[in-house]
Amino acid sequence: MTKNKNFLGPSGTVVPPGQFWLLSTIGVIILFGVWTAVALSGVMPRHFLPTPLDVLQQLHQLIVSPFAGFLYHEHMAASIKRFLMGWAIAVGVGIPLGLLMGWYRLLDEIVTPLFDAIRFVAPLAWVPLAALWFGTGIGGPLLIIFVGSFAPCLISAYRGARLVEKRFVEAGQTLGANSAQIMRHVLIPGAFPSIIAGLRVSAGLGWQSLVGSELIVVGAGLGYLMVQGQGNLSTTTVMAGMLGIGFVGFLIDVALRAAEAAVKKRWGMAS
Amino acid sequence: MSDIVFTGITKRFGDPMTGFLALDRIDLRVEEKEFVAVVGPSGCGKTTLMRMAAGLDFPSTGTVTVGGKEVERPGPDRSVVFQQFALLPWKTVRQNIGFGLMCKGTPRKEMDAAIAHYVELMGLQGHEESFPHMLSGGMQQRVAIARAYVMQPDVLLMDEPFGALDAQTRIIMQEELVRLARKNPRTVLFITHGVEEAVYLADRVVVMGKKPGRLLEIMDIKSHRMAENWENMPIEEVMDLPTFVHLRSHVWKLLKSKDAGGAGDH
Repeated sequence: MTKNKNFLGPSGTVVPPGQFWLLSTIGVIILFGVWTAVALSGVMPRHFLPTPLDVLQQLHQLIVSPFAGFLYHEHMAASIKRFLMGWAIAVGVGIPLGLLMGWYRLLDEIVTPLFDAIRFVAPLAWVPLAALWFGTGIGGPLLIIFVGSFAPCLISAYRGARLVEKRFVEAGQTLGANSAQIMRHVLIPGAFPSIIAGLRVSAGLGWQSLVGSELIVVGAGLGYLMVQGQGNLSTTTVMAGMLGIGFVGFLIDVALRAAEAAVKKRWGMAS
Repeated sequence: MSDIVFTGITKRFGDPMTGFLALDRIDLRVEEKEFVAVVGPSGCGKTTLMRMAAGLDFPSTGTVTVGGKEVERPGPDRSVVFQQFALLPWKTVRQNIGFGLMCKGTPRKEMDAAIAHYVELMGLQGHEESFPHMLSGGMQQRVAIARAYVMQPDVLLMDEPFGALDAQTRIIMQEELVRLARKNPRTVLFITHGVEEAVYLADRVVVMGKKPGRLLEIMDIKSHRMAENWENMPIEEVMDLPTFVHLRSHVWKLLKSKDAGGAGDH
């Protein structure tokens, strides 16, 4: 939404960008205002519904003194590293496989039914299996993040490759390009808009699977921090963890958008 | 040898026995270094014919040979200029023109020299680093032609290459093509539904009809052109010559006849 420079109001009028930022800010102020008011009203024990300020104070506390063995940003770094590894595997397998499926009919027919059957098993449903297979090793979380982010990689690359206009492939072939050259110079750039959209979705889903994966990790991570916070009945710790997850998720999206813009510029797709 | 020979071509879409008959018993030979234009109403299968020579489509029965060898797949010995240009949008003018050479593994220096040559020939100087969408339709088409010519193909296959251009640009491009084609003759199969264009450019004009797609007549143009020395006249004067007008009306009459199967619809 933040990317929308203007959007239509109910009467069809265009809201200028300046007003958009004003309205977003008002939204945030209302949310925190209502939250603070409810927390202070005492309808729920302060212990279970702390104010935003309480959460920020706890966040500060977590940054300066270790909780569950590590400082807050160390938990965060552990999560990011785990996420990047799992996501990299999903991207590294999903994108090439999707492109190949878009290119080779046979592979498409072999993989698609399997894929359609497996992708409806939610990432969290893989947790018990991951625990059985990998125990508390690094493999478990990677598997879950992989499962969470693989499908959009594969689907976006597949759709992207299928939607590349046939005339571009034919032009490449008549100029003597072999399959690898068609892949690199025609299918990948042609599928790029779809791939980058898939990368953003998959990064989001992978990052969301993280907490699930960290339920089975003993050590460090934002999810682990939250589970430990829950165990200690520390609502502020749980909320501070959620804050971090949201923040990092936002940063990942910003980074991918910047990458998208850079590649689009290079390939002359800048709009 | 780089002649194109179509022998007993039929093409059915869908069911091999009862499907739509797109091409019916086509026999056609394009001689080496001959420029043949094919005209016909939409749906007469003229583009399919070209695609068969390119190796992008295949006949249901019959054979297509180029230089004596049966066409099995697309290849850089047969350059294609597509109707909608089909320039790769994510590559610059330079990269588009050089694409075929790059695929072949041509050394950098040689490639740069060849690109520079065709950039100049087609009047594209200063646009080497532009992306296709930044260029006008006429410029894009020049890039597409340069991309085909730079391969030094024995055979040039062109599918309504000027169909998407405005009238003025089309005339300029036709004159340029004539200049290129006469200077460096190649075997050309030129698909168009522009009657004037066909008569102006070609050595022979093949007129096709539809339902089913088939040859109606093959007309010799070259002897007239040579006799009246069209090449040294501006295009508009050629198009006013009685011979030209007569040839053009003859094609029109064929296209409008019942035989063509597509009266007025071209």
